[in-house]
Amino acid sequence: MQYALLIYTPEPESQPSPEELGAQMEEYNAFTDHLRAKGAMKAGEALDSVATATTVRVVDGKTITTDGPFAETKETLGGFYLVEAADLDEAIAYAAMIPGARYGCIEVRPVWDYVIQGLEPAGAAAGN
Amino acid sequence: MPDADTGLDPEAAHDLVDRLFREEQGRAVATLIRVTGDFDLAEEAVQDAFISALETWPDRGVPSNPGAWITTTARNRAIDRLRRRRRLVDKTEQLARETALEAELRAIGSDASEATMLVADDRLRLIFTCCHPALAMDARVALTLRTLGGLTTPEIARAFLVPEPTLAQRLVRAKRKIRDAGIPYRVPPAELLPERLAGVLHVLYLVFNEGYAASSGDALIRRELCAEAIRLTRVVVELLPDEPEARGLLALMLLHDARRDARVDEAGRIVLLDDQDRGRWDQDRIAEGRTMIEAALRQQRPGPYQVQAAIAALHDEAVTAADTDWVQIAVLYRTLLGMTPSPVVELNLAAAVAMADGPAIGLAMMDGIAATGELEAYPYLHAARADLLRRLERWSEAETAYRRALALTTNGAERDFLQGRLEEMEGRRPAAN
Repeated sequence: MQYALLIYTPEPESQPSPEELGAQMEEYNAFTDHLRAKGAMKAGEALDSVATATTVRVVDGKTITTDGPFAETKETLGGFYLVEAADLDEAIAYAAMIPGARYGCIEVRPVWDYVIQGLEPAGAAAGN
Repeated sequence: MPDADTGLDPEAAHDLVDRLFREEQGRAVATLIRVTGDFDLAEEAVQDAFISALETWPDRGVPSNPGAWITTTARNRAIDRLRRRRRLVDKTEQLARETALEAELRAIGSDASEATMLVADDRLRLIFTCCHPALAMDARVALTLRTLGGLTTPEIARAFLVPEPTLAQRLVRAKRKIRDAGIPYRVPPAELLPERLAGVLHVLYLVFNEGYAASSGDALIRRELCAEAIRLTRVVVELLPDEPEARGLLALMLLHDARRDARVDEAGRIVLLDDQDRGRWDQDRIAEGRTMIEAALRQQRPGPYQVQAAIAALHDEAVTAADTDWVQIAVLYRTLLGMTPSPVVELNLAAAVAMADGPAIGLAMMDGIAATGELEAYPYLHAARADLLRRLERWSEAETAYRRALALTTNGAERDFLQGRLEEMEGRRPAAN
């Protein structure tokens, strides 16, 4: 199964120093390498701060944009991994290795299985 | 059929099927879930099998191994249901999956001894799945009772005082999450076992407690909850014999359950431990519980359930309330406090110390607990303090504490008791006011 590991962490109050950033990147790189070695890494990205976020909705056919994230919360979506895991226990084990789990939390969400739901995957439809 | 020699009248058959349902349905459901991964299919097929037993056994007699008959019949019903379902789908991928399932279902029970082994493991797997920490606690409890205990949705709803549709919804959501989130169907590997087993034992403890301590609800169903918790804990003990806390929990349940008949009077009111007719305690249960806790303690890995069971054993051993070994009980509460620090355990320790070393020392400890304010809304703190103040003949302080306890208590029997004591204290007021 594929799981998205969504990393929610408190936004830092001040710009981290290059050293802090470097140390953090090293931890994340080590985890990414672990996933690659296991053949579990599908995708993963870090997101820019919520200060750069724009929320978009379409109301009565009109595009409405607002500044900032949809919900004001202390912990914000800072990045994600998409992993291949045998079951939820394996996905939980990966989630617990993410550095952000120590100062934020990781939401583990299975990726919707189109085949089990009896639907064509969107990707396949687009590709054809 | 060689074993179909005796016919049964329908009533006897009904009783037999009823008893068998409690014992066997968990096994059959567990096996079918392992093979199909489908909770609903498994539950429906096993229900079909029991209906079929009710229809055929009165005429044809009871098969020599009724449990195996149920599993085999349930398997056949599951195959029937799969075939019907297959006619409705046209996706080749799904068709292939269901055909593979049918082949696996056919393999069940081809080797009798192997099948018995697998069945045991199946139930253990199912307990760990139903008690997975990714499910909400109330869903774990409901799912365990439904799939392993065979309690009906209305029965569970009544036991937990939840509207039936709410409970049904809870079950549907839990089953869906198991399937869609990929919660595994297995006994966890060694590195996860301690944490996960603690979760399983906690669910079983909650089930037992709900049956034992609930102050309202249907008496018959509460008895059923206790029986179910004991039965399922036995399964865990049998299948994981190296886990002393499982044994400790089973001992704890047995040693409490032994007092069940003495715990309520003819009017259905709760009788306090001190006032119980100890002649009505179930000595067989006590003996079994003691053997169980002794075996657990020999494994030299003590834990909170073992300590609580040891405390229960000391209460059960006392011929009269006055014979209770409070010194030893206080030692055990101190051990328990070290393992699971909580103000409630502290309160129990203080009560034991009051019995062992006198009410003044116990009261000083309770005053310390009261000063933190953590148990301000906990009626038993005020009731226990009131009792010690009464024994120290500090009547007006006792009266205040009883009043506070009464204001926080909803259980009818306990209210009656506190009201009686309160009136006694009021009678002690100085005449000149």
